[in-house]
Amino acid sequence: MEEIYAKFVSQKISKTRWRPLPPGSLQTAETFATGSWDNEENYVSLWSIGDFGNLDSDGGFEGDHQLLCDIRHHGDVMDLQFFDQERIVTASSTGCVTVFLHHPNNQTLSVNQQWTTAHYHAGPGSPSYSSAPCTGVVCNNPEIVTVGEDGRINLFRADHKEAVRTIDNADSSTLHSVTFLRTPEILTVNSIGQLKIWDFRQQGNEPSQILSLTGDRVPLHCVDRHPNQQHVVATGGQDGMLSIWDVRQGTMPVSLLKAHEAEMWEVHFHPSNPDHLFTCSEDGSLWHWDASTDVPEKSSLFHQGGRSSTFLSHSISNQANVHQSVISSWLSTDPAKDRIEITSLLPSRSLSVNSLDVLGPCLVCGTDAEAIYVTRHLFS
Amino acid sequence: MEELDGEPAVTVIPGVNSKKNQMCFDWGPGEMLVCETSFSKKEKSEMVPSCPFIYIIRKDVDVYSQILRKLFNESHGIFLGLQRIDEELTGKSRKSQLVRVSKNYRSVIRACMEEMHQVAIAAKDPASGRQFSSQVSILSAMELIWNLCEILFIEVAPAGHLLLHLLDWVRLHVCEVDSLSADVLGSENPSNHGSFWNLPGNTQTLTELELKWQHWHEECERYLQDSTFATNPHLESLLKIMLGDEAALLEQKELLSNWYHFLVTRLLYSNPTVKPIDLHYYAQSSLDLFLGGESSPEPLDNILLAAFEFDIHQVIKECSIALSNWWFVAHLTDLLDHCKLLQSHNLYFGSNMREFLLLEYASGLFAHPSLWQLGVDYFDYCPKLGRVSLELHIERIPLNTEQKALKVLRICEQRQMTEQVRSICKILAMKAVRNNRLGSALSWSIRAKDAAFATLVSDRFLRDYCERGCFSDLDLIDNLGPAMMLSDRLTFLGKYREFHHMYGEKRFADAASLLLSLMTSRIAPRSFWMTLLTDALPLLEQKQVIFSAEQTYELMQCLEDLTSRRPVRGESDIQQLQDEDIETTKVEMLRLALARNLARAIIREGSLEGS
Repeated sequence: MEEIYAKFVSQKISKTRWRPLPPGSLQTAETFATGSWDNEENYVSLWSIGDFGNLDSDGGFEGDHQLLCDIRHHGDVMDLQFFDQERIVTASSTGCVTVFLHHPNNQTLSVNQQWTTAHYHAGPGSPSYSSAPCTGVVCNNPEIVTVGEDGRINLFRADHKEAVRTIDNADSSTLHSVTFLRTPEILTVNSIGQLKIWDFRQQGNEPSQILSLTGDRVPLHCVDRHPNQQHVVATGGQDGMLSIWDVRQGTMPVSLLKAHEAEMWEVHFHPSNPDHLFTCSEDGSLWHWDASTDVPEKSSLFHQGGRSSTFLSHSISNQANVHQSVISSWLSTDPAKDRIEITSLLPSRSLSVNSLDVLGPCLVCGTDAEAIYVTRHLFS
Repeated sequence: MEELDGEPAVTVIPGVNSKKNQMCFDWGPGEMLVCETSFSKKEKSEMVPSCPFIYIIRKDVDVYSQILRKLFNESHGIFLGLQRIDEELTGKSRKSQLVRVSKNYRSVIRACMEEMHQVAIAAKDPASGRQFSSQVSILSAMELIWNLCEILFIEVAPAGHLLLHLLDWVRLHVCEVDSLSADVLGSENPSNHGSFWNLPGNTQTLTELELKWQHWHEECERYLQDSTFATNPHLESLLKIMLGDEAALLEQKELLSNWYHFLVTRLLYSNPTVKPIDLHYYAQSSLDLFLGGESSPEPLDNILLAAFEFDIHQVIKECSIALSNWWFVAHLTDLLDHCKLLQSHNLYFGSNMREFLLLEYASGLFAHPSLWQLGVDYFDYCPKLGRVSLELHIERIPLNTEQKALKVLRICEQRQMTEQVRSICKILAMKAVRNNRLGSALSWSIRAKDAAFATLVSDRFLRDYCERGCFSDLDLIDNLGPAMMLSDRLTFLGKYREFHHMYGEKRFADAASLLLSLMTSRIAPRSFWMTLLTDALPLLEQKQVIFSAEQTYELMQCLEDLTSRRPVRGESDIQQLQDEDIETTKVEMLRLALARNLARAIIREGSLEGS
């Protein structure tokens, strides 16, 4: 993990996302978008880490990221997702959902579509209108689902002016994050520690399933679905705990892993290597969880070089796990059979790491210390 | 208070006619509010002030500069690293660590300077270009001063090495500003340099060096006196320069850009093994000679002079006055304090200088909408007033989203500031209740362990139930978990839902005893007893006997309790009469049902089983 580049960008970064690659492309990730928060003027920016051909004045690093373009954003950028190659959807603290369009020929961003009253406490018709921050957005072309502090779920379709479906008061607490399970189903997490599955084919305003932890109702902040196995979901909580759930079975998590010392802001399965999981937290650290079971290389701690790693369990297993790759290694609760290797990726503790994204061998993350870190060699 | 060294700057407020009307103002933590009043300077006061705006005046504009923000963020990391340096380290290893920290700070300043220089060149309009250029020169001056302080105070270079460091210092700062090789005088005679000034690690002692130099110096003098080079005036003046003759040096004044360049050159040729304590003689005289009585020293010159005199306090004081932002003095003082160089110099209100400067800097950060997070760590390292300052500042941060509130709460919880946690959670919970987000309100009161607020939220739920006949937010109440224990009312709510569940599952006996225990254990609020008793009605009317005789007696007791305490109403309107009618009917129905149940229960308990 030697080649991680940091750059101070004069704005606190709330979200970073890689631009998705065209399907079937052999390139590595080149462009990422960031959103800022807590400034008087917030920006959505596009950055590039591609080679420029000519080096810049101080000899130019290969990995140093350069600003391509940016655009003013009203309110904090609470969530950000690429809708497709050119369009970015953002969720704002003013309750507005915006679609930005990138024009590659003149490198500018413009507002393509906006739903300004997507989230509110008291409606636009009432005299005491107050907006509510929109906390999460997820896209599955052409649909966009948003959730907010008002406990509302909206289903938008690009180029439709009004919401296709709105579930008012879906939750009595704040919905923090949303993800797609299978296409008509979404999963939300809220601030009383519950996962709720909603099926848009059904008419009612009730979730089709509720899962929660027993014990303290710790708020859940982030959720991500396993890329291949759609019933496996990981969540991160306010106490820094990572939970893995199987939504087909039962209402409780399959495993609970004590992780960070403060709120876990984002959890991501690696899209092409789902045995690898990444989490980032308010405590200023970013962890790489490796549950892959190719054992021989991992049996010795001394080959890790400068990384700081810890092992979660101590036994070594090999032949018994031939069919482990079929069953997700995350669901196995037997500590004797499973080992998860955890590596901290950032060189030193900083202020909160708010966001991260992985694509191929590239990782990008943004912090409250106004720095963006990029590495292009995750699995070296 | 000491006298000000200069006239304060005047800021004109646009739109306000200060000749005609008076202005009023109020201080904030880092800013000032100003507006026009309707009081005129003449006797007649106008009714309406002509300028309708309120102005915010900021002294510290640096905090809002995009490029300087990088300085603040990077130096924050260095500051934290410095605080965490092991206190146990002493001697050489500690010194080398401190020197490394100083160099880190300086490299951050240089990076900032470089970037601002690029922006100044690329600036489209000349006014902003000039502004950026002046920023560049301020940063350059800061680096110059810091570098000198590093050499004199942190590195504490001894005689011999001292001049080497000073040479580097001058070379670095003179060469970067003008691209001419104006250091001709500084780097003359490289061969001589090579033989005398081997890099650190040479085996010559100071005395050996001095002897050699003395020998060389005498040789030069002999050449001069023999008029060996009399034919060539250039060579002769060169010889005079090499002897350190001040007049000869001053003749080349255009090539020496400033007096400290002159100073170092002079030392190189007249006293290369100068000791640190002798520096200030040479510094003062160099300054006087260079200025030659034509111009007066500038603030930068005074600062450098103070440094040469090893008067750290004077350096800091002059820098504080000259610079608009506390960044420089706060970080430099902190570093010097780590070198154990500052005596506890008590200021008017008791804290020491380092802490005072750090507090000022951190307070300035808190006035910024975004940089307050950096300020938190600075307050942490101010032992006397840091915590209390943080407590005051952190409560006043505006919280427009839950995520920001969570970050603030985490900061407070990590420092055991329970009062602040409670107050922030209470504000957020109240907002949530007002927006009808009862689940959020409950989650905030759980975080603050605020039993009183949890009771308030539960009362809201119960009131809604009484009015509507059903619960809103069942997803919350049905899944309270251990949070139920936070407040009695909340426990009651959870148990009451449990009762509903049991009834729905037809576990009547359990439901009955639960209902009874809710009333007898007194966790049910009195206002709710009627509802509970009404809930008991269907259980009483069931075909089989559910409540035992004992339980029925207790129920009757509760009913009597309830009815006896009801105040007798005097005058009442139609609605109240109607309500009373309903109440009386309910009570009568209950009494009837209880009596019937009692009868059946007594009979059943009195009979033998199976008969």
